[in-house]
Amino acid sequence: MSNIPENLNYTAEHEWIKIEGETGTAGITDFAQGELGDIVFVELPSIGKHVQAGKTFGTIEAIKAVSDLYAPVSGEIVEVNKVLAETPEMINSDPYGEGWIVKIKLSNVSELSNLLSAQKYSELINN
Amino acid sequence: MEVKRLALTSLHEGLGAKMVNFGGFLMPVQYKNGIIHEHKVVRSSVGVFDVSHMGEVVVSGENAFDFVQKITVNDVSKLVNGQVQYSAMCYENGGIVDDLLVYKMAENKFFLVINAGNRDKDISWMKQHLPKNVDFQDVGDDYTLLAVQGRNAEKTIQKLTETNLSKINYYFFVEGKIAGMESIISRTGYTGEDGFELYFQTKHSQEVWDKLFEAGKEFGIEPIGLGARDSLRMEMKMALYGNDIDQTTNPVEAGLGWITKLDKSNFIGREALLKVKEEKPKRNLVAFVVDSKRVARQHTKIFANGVEIGEVTSGNYSPSLDKNIGIGFVKSEFSKVGTMLEVEIGANFYKAEVVKPPFYKRDY
Repeated sequence: MSNIPENLNYTAEHEWIKIEGETGTAGITDFAQGELGDIVFVELPSIGKHVQAGKTFGTIEAIKAVSDLYAPVSGEIVEVNKVLAETPEMINSDPYGEGWIVKIKLSNVSELSNLLSAQKYSELINN
Repeated sequence: MEVKRLALTSLHEGLGAKMVNFGGFLMPVQYKNGIIHEHKVVRSSVGVFDVSHMGEVVVSGENAFDFVQKITVNDVSKLVNGQVQYSAMCYENGGIVDDLLVYKMAENKFFLVINAGNRDKDISWMKQHLPKNVDFQDVGDDYTLLAVQGRNAEKTIQKLTETNLSKINYYFFVEGKIAGMESIISRTGYTGEDGFELYFQTKHSQEVWDKLFEAGKEFGIEPIGLGARDSLRMEMKMALYGNDIDQTTNPVEAGLGWITKLDKSNFIGREALLKVKEEKPKRNLVAFVVDSKRVARQHTKIFANGVEIGEVTSGNYSPSLDKNIGIGFVKSEFSKVGTMLEVEIGANFYKAEVVKPPFYKRDY
């Protein structure tokens, strides 16, 4: 069974986001990393880049396939997890912790209502 | 189409494998530790692949030799009893029906091993060309096939058999017993490591599997899925039907000239292949290393000096090299080792260098 922490919000594209004040830390879910398998590269956005909710902002290369990363919210990239450049497999081993991907400064707080709760996300992946 | 389950399917599911439909069969693509881990287990010690989805056919009788000689491109007359040969079947136009292994069991008895996804097609092709006095048996559902691969494969299997495995040379086989069960013990594989492929009756699957894992425990033996099978064979530039070769490719351009014996007696596709060889192939299947963290996957376009000159047929991350590697068709003038190419991934172009295969060589 996939781990789906209660204190996070989710998207249907299998990203998670943790909101603290005006900033959200985002990554991909345990379910997503499990489906992707061994991750060998993450293409990260540059700091200062503006991303739009639902639009791609990077790519993840896993052994089996490449997939896009979708921004869970709109805003400005204020930090990227540089550790992933050398050890992308951190996303596999700790998707909600050391394997976080970006921090986004929110530009539209009302978008938060579009995110899924842990329960809703759990229902989504179990269907 | 219904996905077929095989003798060990439930066992793989019980081990937590991710299962995929491969050629109509539900097969494990990876187990719990992932593809890179499994790849390294095979490269460093020993792993077991269930490849029972492969098809097997037995042809025997007065004209069996002539039949196999006619439908395959390699020279069957070079085989002695107990020897295995890598070969291919071609259409009249030189396109590849399938690649296969030919086992010579006796003067007029051959055991042919064909690809899972091609079983129906191959069997109907063979039957179309079947002469009189050849008995043809599709025994694909009768066998479990386990590939035990890696430097500790021999030591593992030797514990389960009285057959002296050190006497079996590469691409030879014997009929012996494994864990008390009648088996074809073949020193072959699809990984670039030493190892064996064991064919035995499906009813013994669980027992042989359990004994193998007991015997290999001291070497850290693990089950290996199709994901690592692909990355392992790619490091050897071994062709995969459906990716690197198919009905639109011929063995000469695909780097299989070494199995294509144009000077043997007539065989299906010979005239077309003679012509290809005389005129020199217009494209070649090459191996290349990509200078990028992005993987150049199948169908990625290949360029030289900004002009499109080919396409990737297989692309993957190579755990042994820690680099991204690929196989692809390029126009012949760009196939020389050292040629610099570009691959288009997303909106970017990355450098790729043609290299001499294999990507990996074992050190024992």
